[in-house]
Amino acid sequence: MSQPATLSWFARHEIRLFWRDWMAMLTAGKRKRESLLGLMAVAFLVFSHLLAHYLISPLAEDGIVLDKTTMIFVTASVFLFCTMMISQAMESVTRAFYARSDLDLILSSPISARRVFTVRILAIAAATILLTTVLAGPFINAFAYIDGPRWLAGYGVILGLAGLCTAFAVLLTVGLFRTVGPKRTRLVSQVVSAVIGAAFVIGIQAAAILSSGTISRFTFLGSERFVDAVPPLTSAVWRPAYAAAGDIPTLLGLIGLGMAALALTVLLCAKNFGDHVIAASGVAFESSSSRRRLSSFRQASVKRTLRRKEWTLLRRDPWLMSQTLMQILYLFPPALLLWRNFGDSVGPLVILTPILVMASGQLAGGLAWLAVSGEDAPDLMTSAPVSARMIMSAKIEAVLGSVLIVVLPLLGALALASLELAAITAAGIVLSACAATMIQIWFRAQAKRSDFRRRQTSSRLATLAEALSSIFWASAAALIAAAFYTYAAGTAALAVLTLVCAWAVRPRRSADA
Amino acid sequence: MSYRPTNTPALVLKGLEKHFDKPAVNGLDLTIRGGEFYALLGPNGAGKTTTLRIVAGLLRPDAGSVSVFGVDALADPIAAKRLIAWVPDEPLIYEKLTPFEYLEFVAGLWDIDAATAQVDASEIIDILGLGPHAHERCNGFSKGMRQKVALAGALVHSPRLLILDEPLTGLDAGSSRQVKTVLAERVRTGVTVIMTTHILEVAERMAERIGVIDAGRLIAEGTLDELRHQTGQTANSLEDVFLDLVAEQSAAA
Repeated sequence: MSQPATLSWFARHEIRLFWRDWMAMLTAGKRKRESLLGLMAVAFLVFSHLLAHYLISPLAEDGIVLDKTTMIFVTASVFLFCTMMISQAMESVTRAFYARSDLDLILSSPISARRVFTVRILAIAAATILLTTVLAGPFINAFAYIDGPRWLAGYGVILGLAGLCTAFAVLLTVGLFRTVGPKRTRLVSQVVSAVIGAAFVIGIQAAAILSSGTISRFTFLGSERFVDAVPPLTSAVWRPAYAAAGDIPTLLGLIGLGMAALALTVLLCAKNFGDHVIAASGVAFESSSSRRRLSSFRQASVKRTLRRKEWTLLRRDPWLMSQTLMQILYLFPPALLLWRNFGDSVGPLVILTPILVMASGQLAGGLAWLAVSGEDAPDLMTSAPVSARMIMSAKIEAVLGSVLIVVLPLLGALALASLELAAITAAGIVLSACAATMIQIWFRAQAKRSDFRRRQTSSRLATLAEALSSIFWASAAALIAAAFYTYAAGTAALAVLTLVCAWAVRPRRSADA
Repeated sequence: MSYRPTNTPALVLKGLEKHFDKPAVNGLDLTIRGGEFYALLGPNGAGKTTTLRIVAGLLRPDAGSVSVFGVDALADPIAAKRLIAWVPDEPLIYEKLTPFEYLEFVAGLWDIDAATAQVDASEIIDILGLGPHAHERCNGFSKGMRQKVALAGALVHSPRLLILDEPLTGLDAGSSRQVKTVLAERVRTGVTVIMTTHILEVAERMAERIGVIDAGRLIAEGTLDELRHQTGQTANSLEDVFLDLVAEQSAAA
């Protein structure tokens, strides 16, 4: 057992908290699910390894040659994981600033805050490494299995890059804290982390659309034009890729650089981290004035009053704003494709239909969770002289209205290119959004709005049903757009079957309000 | 708004039962007259909150009836809810709305004319000392402030029956005085107030009648003097009377 208040003692405390938090997130606090979780983890590992092997084996039939094309794909993957790591670490740093769980206790105790935050920053790096290893590990193992153990160096690359990315994320978040202040940092950092997380994928897609009129990243990265345009293989750009391919000196250099960056960041930031946390804690006690001050009560029907309340709360929800921004960001490439192909044939635009339908389903699911499960004042709503049916229908209208506001501009632009395609897409959007909303209503469970980030864990069945429903409606709409009517009917039937199954397994409610 | 006294009781509970793992409310009979201030007392877990949540329409009883000013609250809950306001002990209000916006929303839910509601809301905001914070979002508010916002929401639609579960918990002396003044004022205008509290001095000073429940049943009811007679004490405080009643009940059980 380690001495109290030492680094190792805090590390044990952090690991215990992290483990319990992680388990609670995965099992939604239900102990029965813990044994199931082990089976699911094994199934995930097997499936991800098979998938990685399936994807990589065609590339490595004659052995993997470290030519420009290979280096481009490895480097692109490294960049992709870097953006994910920075985004994940930024979210963790923001949570470390604003989550109040044990900070009052720690900061009011006579121990050095520097020690606590050194451990917390290192814990963020460790969590980043763990998550990236889970996602990238199967691909590294598949490369090693197919082409030799030199590719296991990929794990070292994760270690080095996680150090660099965590250091960057901490410095960026602390920088934001100092420039925009504690009140705005939470929202700004969520938005920035969402943008960073999505930027690389969207950037490559945008480049693919602009250069070759396709949304496929792989076609673009493997194109002759792109291969010719990249720097020669001696350039420093390819160092992480060489390290991943087993170049030991480069690998050691990368790990050293990552660890040095992390150590320097800890030295620079751990001391002031406590001050930032204290400043952030003050935000919880500050009231913010409404920018648009309501000067008089507005006469409205009960239903309109309910809708207006939902819209006001949705508009003022920082988590939701960052999530919606993500959805909108991911709609940017389809919008670009629409613009690029405008006036040409309708063919390439068919790809927009499933993207819009899928995005609408996901957005509606999130909004419906906030409006239905995340109701802040359930007692008020139940004790009001308004029928439960009217309350629910007002919430549904608020959710669907919000989804329409987001997708309507794209739908309008699509209508200018093809009225038929726009009509099919609109129908898909309505079905997908309605289905996701209904699933959230069937599986509603009272929760805090701030638990939005964890909504997927409260009901895995609802999450699965929502995802399947969105996928099936998106596929059905795409198949209709591509004139494969028989397949479309089959996929639509699967979407309906998903809904029926979700309805059948929904939690039963007592007669209590 | 003031209400004329009527002969119809504000609340009649007959044979009310609600079981969770064990009986929470166990054949409760209770009648509360219109325009009276009634304090419902009981030890922790006696069934006070469950009873009030049933009256407010937040729980359905397993058996029994609930009548609010002659309206069968189980058969026509919407009509009953029009007459009632409910303030829970842990008021859940909208963090992202300002008190002004919250009151506008509550008035809209009860379908109150906007102009009338605004006049009432301004008055309530002033009386409860919420004026300086009326246009600030509630997310930074203390528990006492939230309690006052919830109470303001309960008053803005001019209910005939005001049900409050521990309304003074967490309030400072000044706020507590403001709330008590508002409640006394409402009772003067004919509003019926039912309040649970563990602060027995408040019940002693404010309530016209006091009901004591334990294990989901009404074990004593009356004015303070009537309760003193019932326990054979003549000059003791409500606290002594209450403890005697609960001890008797425990011994009998």
